[in-house]
Amino acid sequence: MLSFIVRRLLLLPVIFIGVTLAIVLLMQLLTPYQRAAAYVQSEQQIRNIETIIDQFGLEDPWYMQYGRWLKQVADGNLGYSRTSREPVLTTLRKRFPVTLELALFAIVPVIGVGVAMGTTAALNRDKFFDQFTRVVSIIGWSLPTFVLGIWLLVIFYGALGWFQPGRVSTVFAIEMAGAASQFKNYTRMLTIDALLNGRFDIFLNALRHMVLPVITLAVVLSAQIMRVMRSSLLDALGQDYVRTARAKGLPERVVTHKHARRNALIPVITLSGFVLIGLVNGVVITETIFNYPGLGQWAASAATNLDYASVLGFAIFTAMMVVFANLLVDVLYGIVDPRIRYD
Amino acid sequence: MADANQNTAALLEELPEGQAGKARSKAWRRFSRNPLALAGLATVIAFALVAIFAPLLTELPRSCVRDLGLSAANQYDYRNPTTRAFWRAVVNPPETCFNMTRVGFGTQPRNAEQSGTRLGTTSGGYDIFYGLVWGTRTAFKVGLIVVGIAFLAGILIGSLSGYIGGKFDNVVMRFTDIVISLPSLVVAMVIVLVLGKSIENIMLAIAVTAWPSYARLMRGEVLRIKEEEYVTSARALGRRWYGVVGRHILPNALGPIVIVASLDIGSVVLTAAALSFLGIGVEVGYADWGQMISFGRDWIIGPPGQPFYYWYVSFWPGLIILLFVLGWNLLGDAFRDVLDPRSSR
Repeated sequence: MLSFIVRRLLLLPVIFIGVTLAIVLLMQLLTPYQRAAAYVQSEQQIRNIETIIDQFGLEDPWYMQYGRWLKQVADGNLGYSRTSREPVLTTLRKRFPVTLELALFAIVPVIGVGVAMGTTAALNRDKFFDQFTRVVSIIGWSLPTFVLGIWLLVIFYGALGWFQPGRVSTVFAIEMAGAASQFKNYTRMLTIDALLNGRFDIFLNALRHMVLPVITLAVVLSAQIMRVMRSSLLDALGQDYVRTARAKGLPERVVTHKHARRNALIPVITLSGFVLIGLVNGVVITETIFNYPGLGQWAASAATNLDYASVLGFAIFTAMMVVFANLLVDVLYGIVDPRIRYD
Repeated sequence: MADANQNTAALLEELPEGQAGKARSKAWRRFSRNPLALAGLATVIAFALVAIFAPLLTELPRSCVRDLGLSAANQYDYRNPTTRAFWRAVVNPPETCFNMTRVGFGTQPRNAEQSGTRLGTTSGGYDIFYGLVWGTRTAFKVGLIVVGIAFLAGILIGSLSGYIGGKFDNVVMRFTDIVISLPSLVVAMVIVLVLGKSIENIMLAIAVTAWPSYARLMRGEVLRIKEEEYVTSARALGRRWYGVVGRHILPNALGPIVIVASLDIGSVVLTAAALSFLGIGVEVGYADWGQMISFGRDWIIGPPGQPFYYWYVSFWPGLIILLFVLGWNLLGDAFRDVLDPRSSR
């Protein structure tokens, strides 16, 4: 197990080199002036871009550029973001917790609803609830995130006025940004910070702003979990150990929930890699629709601004995050299912 | 002796095919009894008809009529099946036909009565109905071409990897693992950003992350089939490697991969629409459902007191995308049920 983890960790730099190499090669299609965006650090430097081109030899062959750029990245310089008007790394640091918070809140209903509905459907195979789940999951899976988000916005914000876009109401935003503000950002995750500051009103307000984005993210992803959970539980229910458990005279609930479901959850864990990718993709769109100030919204507006430095920084960051998270999933997989041996 | 060997080979080749034929008719019976599958099939066929007969359903814009070689005098000839213009418009319309017709240039959307169009106009005066109809063509084009590229690339890479095995297989599969674990939308964003906005670049950008699932599946199938007796005997009979792969392995491996392909068309179209929605998809004005929603983004909610005032700008394109993807997903789901007896238990 340990050697597996070490080997996977050793793979991380390989992936990093692969991703960055692909990006540098892709960047050769741009003019040196556009490429310079990935090197500038401040607004002043943009004014004399020629110096940057000279300094970093942006007209040299790509492999020479690659080495220099990699050094820049290793030093934490990912360029200057025109979109957020600060170095890319600063924005990543500021906005990542915002997105992480949203994603963490979304995972709860994705897994909870997905597993619960999938289980109930499998236990009531071919009955009404099963058919219902099947229809719900296939519609949910076909719903484009941006269409669902817009429809939810029209109904619950436009018509009913229950929820607002954004992260927190303006009153609180002004108060927190004020010079005399006592509000401290410990984690930059607003719900946690609000509780740490003892501000229950801000906590509730932030929670309320998260309802629509979380629903938007969760519908599509939980639909997939539902399907996998249903079929893998049906699979497990047909296994010999379930028959044995029943023959022993165990109560049906113990058989289905303890013996069958625990094993059926294993394929669901495999799916979590896809859930993660779905979250990253979904967050870009969801944050844009609901004007939620996370990484996704920033990256989307950077892309429309042709702000190369920001988009490339975002891409490198998310790629590394996803790869790292997948490693965690693999390890978890080994712990949950002792039949799996890594060697 | 040589004769006997050939007979055995012929027998071995025939057997799986005969079984496949029987399974196929049984599969069709199961398919036709599934109402969801039939609904999916009907939806996809309906969309295909709309795409094919798009020139008949819409009033083509002037630039498109001109590019079809028609003048003001005979401008409606594209509706007459006896003319060349009709067939050209149906089979291979000029790119200008994909530009949505405009009724005025105002930023404010107008409904059907105000604009004199069937479903109204979205921001910029673009005719919603025209965009929906020609957007169907765009969707089929994107879906089929991207899946086609990914399918071919995946089959090639997967079968080589599985057949050659060893270190080569190991390296290829690790590479596949990496690509499959990258978020497709983000990769596509980077590629389109660098290459520029156009339908071809979107297709390329999506195909870059779409092939690994085919490669993986293909490799698994090749590894499984490689051990089958009919492959061993074909090899023993002296077939070259390409003969073994082309004649024995490929035909037997394609089934599950075709299912994945049919499930994939919906999600490819979704990714393309998402890119267009973010404003980094097709060129401005190109008939594309995602772009139509993006045009309507500032007009999602109406003036105070009338939240649904501009309902048509986001409702119609949204509904059409949903139906299109739903149709393909229902179809793909049914294929999977029919061909994989395990999932129907």
